[in-house]
Amino acid sequence: MAMVGKNCVAIACDKRFGVQALTLGMDFDKIFPVNDKLMIGLAGLATDVETLHEKFRFKVNMYKLNEDREITPKTFAHLVSSTLYEKRFGPYFVDPVVAGLNPDGTPFICSTDLIGCINFAKDFVVAGTASSMMYGMCESLWEPDLEPESLFETISQAMLNAVDRDASSGWGILVHVITPEKIISRTLRARMD
Amino acid sequence: MEHAFSPYTDNGGTTVAIAGKDFVVVGGDTRQSEGYNINSRYAPKVFALSNGSVLATGGMYADAVTLVKTLGMRLEWYQFQHDKDMSSPALAQMLSTILYGKRFFPYYVWNTLGGLDENGEGAVFSYDPVGNFQKYKYGCGGSASHLIQPFLDNQIGRKHLDTQIDYTIEQVKKIMMDAFTSATERDIYTGDNLEIFIITKDGVTKELHPLKRD
Repeated sequence: MAMVGKNCVAIACDKRFGVQALTLGMDFDKIFPVNDKLMIGLAGLATDVETLHEKFRFKVNMYKLNEDREITPKTFAHLVSSTLYEKRFGPYFVDPVVAGLNPDGTPFICSTDLIGCINFAKDFVVAGTASSMMYGMCESLWEPDLEPESLFETISQAMLNAVDRDASSGWGILVHVITPEKIISRTLRARMD
Repeated sequence: MEHAFSPYTDNGGTTVAIAGKDFVVVGGDTRQSEGYNINSRYAPKVFALSNGSVLATGGMYADAVTLVKTLGMRLEWYQFQHDKDMSSPALAQMLSTILYGKRFFPYYVWNTLGGLDENGEGAVFSYDPVGNFQKYKYGCGGSASHLIQPFLDNQIGRKHLDTQIDYTIEQVKKIMMDAFTSATERDIYTGDNLEIFIITKDGVTKELHPLKRD
């Protein structure tokens, strides 16, 4: 899940790793930094999450070497999209969420489906098994122009209460708030069952 | 070519019930849909019963109406036989029995019953179609229940918050309206109007609030 604030963005994920009803791990982070101002969250099939993370890391490094500059969120979103669409008829089973700050400091979030159809949202995006619960929470808790600390509280409450109503999510959550100065990262305890 | 007949259809809709210290607020949207079509923008699915309880239904509208008709009849018989109205907990148990009576051809209805319990405190009873039920402080059912339930956990159950609040009727009504306006944004089966019933020891009052019609 990702949310827009005032000159900041937040991105959050749960830490559960499991196959349907069987929980196999409780420390599986699904958010990966792309650069100082950009992160990607990957929910879905764990093997594809790992593969894509490595693939994006490779592609972003190549981009940096070729262009001699950091990739912008918008360009990265299209990189994600085309990487996924390349596998249109044998897709990676993932639900990506991208959150970052543009070079001018304005917030950027987007999500895509498993074949790379981008959704550029101005408010919030959700992905994964608890998406309907997260939609309900975000739609009622989110408001425009939240400061970093308020944005952190909003995304945390939205995430915690959503994953507690989903049997396939939970075991703690991880929240990052990206501001122009720094990234605030916190791990939160959810219901551990 | 023969066309297969299905006895069931889902008419959508969402319901919420929230109990307070000495009151219950029960609400439901008034849209009735079938697939991508809207049959009616005002088809009430929340019913005030003769004993002062309120039944909120979701799922198949025809089954809900039939069920409410049966319930109305049983409440009338009870009144004649015992010369008093059935209590809400008794009605809750009877509803479960009626639903289980059709265990192998169920009413396709998700019920939420609101009423005052034996101590005059607000009570909410939630059901599945075959009569499993439990007493709660708050509950919701229907097509947008996934969206609203975690919101109620947070705002009414105060989950992940460190203050407990005994809400007034006005505050509960506000939370319910917020829940429905949010649900209307994302669920196509919820919208048009929100009909709210307020149950206190003095009786039941009803009000109608507009929701988005798109």
